[in-house]
Amino acid sequence: MIDGFLALYIFMLAAFTGKEIIGRVPVILHTPLMSGSNFVHGIVLVGAMIALAHAESPLAIAIGFIGVVLGAGNAAGGYVVTERMLEMFKSSKDKK
Amino acid sequence: MDTQTLLVYFAKASYLLAAALFILGIKRMSSPVTARAGIKWAGIGMVIATLATFAITGAHNVGWIVAGIAIGVIPTWLWGRKVAMTDMPQMVALFNGMGGGSAAAIGAGELLKFSQPGAPVPPIATLALAVVGALIGSISMTGSIIAWAKLDGRMDKVFRFGGQQAVNFIVFAASVLAGLALVAWKLDANLVIVFFALALAFGVLMTLPIGGADMPVVISLYNAFTGLAVAFEGYAMGIEALIVAGMVVGAAGTFLTQLMAKAMNRPISNVLFSNFGGGGSGE
Repeated sequence: MIDGFLALYIFMLAAFTGKEIIGRVPVILHTPLMSGSNFVHGIVLVGAMIALAHAESPLAIAIGFIGVVLGAGNAAGGYVVTERMLEMFKSSKDKK
Repeated sequence: MDTQTLLVYFAKASYLLAAALFILGIKRMSSPVTARAGIKWAGIGMVIATLATFAITGAHNVGWIVAGIAIGVIPTWLWGRKVAMTDMPQMVALFNGMGGGSAAAIGAGELLKFSQPGAPVPPIATLALAVVGALIGSISMTGSIIAWAKLDGRMDKVFRFGGQQAVNFIVFAASVLAGLALVAWKLDANLVIVFFALALAFGVLMTLPIGGADMPVVISLYNAFTGLAVAFEGYAMGIEALIVAGMVVGAAGTFLTQLMAKAMNRPISNVLFSNFGGGGSGE
């Protein structure tokens, strides 16, 4: 378990990081960046996998299973969609 | 050191690497020159984190885990490959809703585990963040699904009725109260169900009155919500990678939502709470 204040520091530093790293994003990248960050929170899959691995009762297994399916969908779908958007972005730039 | 401890260290080290790759990936995605490399970096991080997790899970329920990943990955991957370029925003909404649902499911699992008779009492911070994460994740899930349906042309009408904001507020207040009751009063399985029903309903109600043209901003906001939900459930489960990745997305998503709203010349409060907003109304 993570110590309370240490966790607060992690939350705070991660929040500043998140704001700073996209500081000067051009308007044309807004949607791909939204899609890309949508992919990154697909990491929830890892939490769902661990929850399912610890599940004992049928109900807990069912809930964990739903979590894994949805988390995997978030990660896979998020990746494909972002990659396609950025591919289009590049080709349109090359034509210029 | 026994094998199990070593495997846990291995997984935690992989998560650290994955978190670094996520941050560098998002950083690269915010510049036109490096954007295409950015998603690849983040993708590598995701594969590393997912594979390393099998070191922690061991053999228990591993069949379910592999089946769940396959069911989650294959259809979305194929669908994402062939969907038209113009339909991308609603796909983001849909996948974001899945992430919110996954976070909510983790929260539901934790809360039901705690609410079993004879279960050890969890630390208050763990319980509180599991509840908040479940609330935000549920709202993000149903809200994103409505956003997807609207953008996909499956729900053209904008639903508005008298006193809608009051109804929305009451449902939201009731879900918060149910969550508070879970934390401070009684961890009861029935109350958990009521709490989730209210939170899921609020996501629907909150998104119904918003017009289609405002949806990209709303999706970005739900994207930030899901990030926060993932971070909070990560705390509840004690997985640092979820806290860092979720919080980075939560903050970046909130900031991005502001930028998008500014690019559209509409304050966020206007998008969310105005029943008469210009934008997509009447479409």
